[in-house]
Amino acid sequence: MAEADDVPPGILTRIGDRLLRSFGRVGDFVLLSLETVRAGFRRRPPGLETLRQLEEVAIRSAPLVIVTATFTGMVLALQTAFALSRFGAKPYVGSIVGLALVRELGPVLAALMVGGRVGAGYASEIGSMKVTEQVDAIRAMGADPIHKLVVPRVIATTIGLPGLTVFAILLGIVGGGIIADVQYDISNQFYAQTVTNTVRIDDFLSGVLKTFVFGWGIGMVGCWVGLRADGGTAGVGRATTEAVVISSIGVLVSDFFLTKALMLLPTEAWIQQLLGWLS
Amino acid sequence: MTVPVIALEKVEKAFHGVPVLRGVDLALKHGETCTILGGSGSGKSVCLKHMIGLLRPDAGRVRVDGDDVTMLSEEGWVALRRNFGFVFQGAALFDSLSVLENVAYPIREHMDWPEERVRAQVASSLESVGLEGIEKLMPAELSGGMRKRVGVARAIALSPRVILYDEPTTGLDPANSRRIGGLIQKLQHELDATSVVVTHDMDLCFEISDRVALLRDGAIVLEGEASALRDRKAPELQRFLEGSEPLLPAWSDPDRNTQENESDG
Repeated sequence: MAEADDVPPGILTRIGDRLLRSFGRVGDFVLLSLETVRAGFRRRPPGLETLRQLEEVAIRSAPLVIVTATFTGMVLALQTAFALSRFGAKPYVGSIVGLALVRELGPVLAALMVGGRVGAGYASEIGSMKVTEQVDAIRAMGADPIHKLVVPRVIATTIGLPGLTVFAILLGIVGGGIIADVQYDISNQFYAQTVTNTVRIDDFLSGVLKTFVFGWGIGMVGCWVGLRADGGTAGVGRATTEAVVISSIGVLVSDFFLTKALMLLPTEAWIQQLLGWLS
Repeated sequence: MTVPVIALEKVEKAFHGVPVLRGVDLALKHGETCTILGGSGSGKSVCLKHMIGLLRPDAGRVRVDGDDVTMLSEEGWVALRRNFGFVFQGAALFDSLSVLENVAYPIREHMDWPEERVRAQVASSLESVGLEGIEKLMPAELSGGMRKRVGVARAIALSPRVILYDEPTTGLDPANSRRIGGLIQKLQHELDATSVVVTHDMDLCFEISDRVALLRDGAIVLEGEASALRDRKAPELQRFLEGSEPLLPAWSDPDRNTQENESDG
């Protein structure tokens, strides 16, 4: 019997173990998400800390987003105009740049930037607190670490990312306009006209609504891996890397499903109805 | 017979399948200072964390004032912990908060006091640990000994009924270790609290304790009055003294701090 115990586990056992661990981690994440929602509604979120985190997401991430969005808009205009010139449709560069930025590039790029900067920051900050027993200290003093640490951060990313996305979209369009004007002699007025004629409110909503989900996910993932960190500074490093990897993959994969889901929804009809009520 | 303030009854705990506590029984009387001795990795800190609900036992029971709190929810513990002070091994001060904000943390969490009263209470707690006027400093600006004492000030800010000390002298020089020992006795006298100290510092143990419990192989193997144990030279204690390096008195091992810093109790 002892000999049987010494036999190394087979490949199926190892796959099974790995699957069970993965399910366990997903379960952990879901539980933390539920507890965060509960903590957020049960007690008023810590106002000052939430504002501080919002500043971190929306203000301090802005330079990164300004550079990324502007240059993406510029290169997009460059490439699009180059391709469209083959069909003699170069003047309509604004339509494609506008649509691409509003529906996809603006939201996804802003999310990836915030995931890399803020999500990783959450993981390392909370991870350091975890391995130096500061998270235990919060509990020992009769406070709830989820309410104190997770709720303000998740609120900040959920609100901050959509705002940053709108900013990124506008800057990308401006960047594209600069290249259209300087490189291809398309007047700013005509460029703006092609953008506004093509991009509709439902395109804008399709892009921005996704970022609420991205923002929530980035905040949750950063806090979750931080709270799971163990094994000293090496554990904090692992948590930081994990936060970037999981949030980047999460943004890209969920983007597909969210886009598909939003296409199935009759958002245009809802908007018309809303506009009807308002008028 | 009086009800113990805290009681661990056959508490078992394992991490990743490795048993750490294998049936710990310990009852703490009101107003006493009990020291839990044990070698590195013997589960002393794990024991302490069960007393305040930071860890939940795999088997056995934890009682506070006679009430079974083994399966108490986190919300239940949040209210109960108002009566506890916990001094962490590495002080666990919040790096991003000043000394004032650190010590005021439990007060602001539980009390709806005006700011002046909060500041007065913080000043009084800092005075108790001999650190007046450092409210504006950040934890990074403090020495190891000062950090520990600020950790104590934070733990006693709400005059708790029970104070739990996790390796309070670890990483400190002998002078600071003695100062912490004196501080534990002073607070015990001032607050009439029940204190539990986890350590492998024998000097500290016999200096401050009313009662000593020896933890080995995940169970309490020896328990008794500190004075009696010191005089009787119990064989279990002798074995510890002779066989376990970190238990030697502070002056005998120059590398002691390094070794202790690597241990997690």
